[in-house]
Amino acid sequence: MILSEAEVRYVADLANLRLTEDEVHRMAADLGEVLTHMEKLNELDTSAVEPMAQVLYEAEETATWREDRERAGLGSATALENAPLAGAGFFKVPKVIER
Amino acid sequence: MTARCQIPSLTIAQVREGLAKRQFSAEELAREALSFAAAENPKTNAYLHFSPERAIAAARRVDEKLARGEDPGPLAGVPVAVKDVIITKGVRTTAGSKLLANYVPPYDATAVIRLEQEGGVILGKANCDEFAMGSSNENSAFGPVRNPVDLERVPGGSSGGPGAAVAQGTAVVALGSDTGGSIRQPASFCGVVGVTPTYGRVSRYGLIAFASSLDHIGPFARNVRDAATLLEAIAGRDELDSTSAFAPVPDYAALLDGEVRGAKIGLPREYFKGLASETGDLVTRGVEVLKRLGCEVREISLPHTDYAIGAYYIICTAEASSNLARFDGVRYTFRSAESATLSDMYRNTRGEGFGAECKRRIMLGTYVLSAGYYDAYYLKAQKVRHLIARDFSEAFREVDAIVTPVSPFPAFKLGEKLDDPLEMYLSDIYTITGDLAGIPCMSVPCGKTAGGLPVGMQILTRHFDEPGMFRLAEAFEKAGGFGG
Repeated sequence: MILSEAEVRYVADLANLRLTEDEVHRMAADLGEVLTHMEKLNELDTSAVEPMAQVLYEAEETATWREDRERAGLGSATALENAPLAGAGFFKVPKVIER
Repeated sequence: MTARCQIPSLTIAQVREGLAKRQFSAEELAREALSFAAAENPKTNAYLHFSPERAIAAARRVDEKLARGEDPGPLAGVPVAVKDVIITKGVRTTAGSKLLANYVPPYDATAVIRLEQEGGVILGKANCDEFAMGSSNENSAFGPVRNPVDLERVPGGSSGGPGAAVAQGTAVVALGSDTGGSIRQPASFCGVVGVTPTYGRVSRYGLIAFASSLDHIGPFARNVRDAATLLEAIAGRDELDSTSAFAPVPDYAALLDGEVRGAKIGLPREYFKGLASETGDLVTRGVEVLKRLGCEVREISLPHTDYAIGAYYIICTAEASSNLARFDGVRYTFRSAESATLSDMYRNTRGEGFGAECKRRIMLGTYVLSAGYYDAYYLKAQKVRHLIARDFSEAFREVDAIVTPVSPFPAFKLGEKLDDPLEMYLSDIYTITGDLAGIPCMSVPCGKTAGGLPVGMQILTRHFDEPGMFRLAEAFEKAGGFGG
């Protein structure tokens, strides 16, 4: 399977990932090779198989329910400590809407 | 104090005895262990940074409990390394990424809290592949880890730092994480014990997520008993992780009774075919040891093994692309310097922050989840995952445990496989299946190659049968599995 550089750019756009020209070129080759290996799965007839999204073992259906009770959060000052830019109790980002 | 000369080979039992006999205090041991680790670390780069304040505070709590005549816990005073994808309040946690180079978490992972409650002393944070993505620890933004057995070789990955620290003697035990073999493969390469418990056995709360349906936290140790003791300390239901299991946690160490006679062991033919190598020979010799111990060995089949790599790399990259979406320059320390718009800021931050392997996996994951491909890749992979899990449950009707190699080869040289991502992925073949099925699995040393490189043997058992797995591993270790 060959992935075109246009497809690579489209996927990078979906992933919000800036790639250099070199990276786009390299990615097309690397992803193509790995996706080719993945096509092996098509040898299997899975029409009667349920997808497995999570490891399952015996437990009551309601096992993960718990009491709904109050619990202290981090608080905004603590939560903002790792922000690259913060102000007035918020995370600050570049302007989204022009006045 | 004489602890210093013993530090590289200390066991949990020796720490306990030393404290009980007042040969050293927990604080003295912590200071000695920190200074030894700081002196030795430049050889391997196993630790990214140390946490002396936190270590001394934890050690003092142990000494205070001892002075009051209280039980300081099964890990009292034990020096521990924690993989840097497991968050520690007030102690920098980088996940091996430039993106989190200055991230100081505001809370602790549950496993970290439990470890310290039981008396453990965290010396520092251990190196790893960026966001735990890699099989050689060469993907760390802060430099690779070198294997203490041979400094020209990789320690394995992604938990290369924890594996190397335990092998080098700069930690007695360590916490790692495993998504596709990231504990067992470095344990095998470094010649130590590495355990991936049943999925959900240990809370993932505070583990920086890579692939949530596959991620596990688990122990590294220099012997099976220490690994069992550490697992017991950190295991159990946690309200903060809804996938954590309710099953009661047994006293794993107390169950190590050496009773393995009559245990039925399966050797999956798919894992041994074409394994004409020193690794294959050593694992086969390991199986002979188990036979001598009275185990009944038979060949079994896990027919969907050949499809595991494809299924695994679809599922793990899909989940990773979603989990890593949060690193966008808004909340977690790193932001690209100049971006005119919000959208540019996301793109530039991620483009500059992530390393090559993370980008590759984000791209693969985004591709397999994208419109038109979801059914063909992601859904298909989940179905194949079910077939692989079913292979194991059917095998466990016939046998109590499955024994396989951990890796097709021992530790390779730095840089040797870096240019071929697919080849690196394919080397995970023996370890990813246990993660896909969510069953407990571990690597126990089973000797060395003629060139002196350690090789691990993998033991897999049914969901929550860690006691059976540890029992076999410990009997094997005592019978000289180690010596090679």
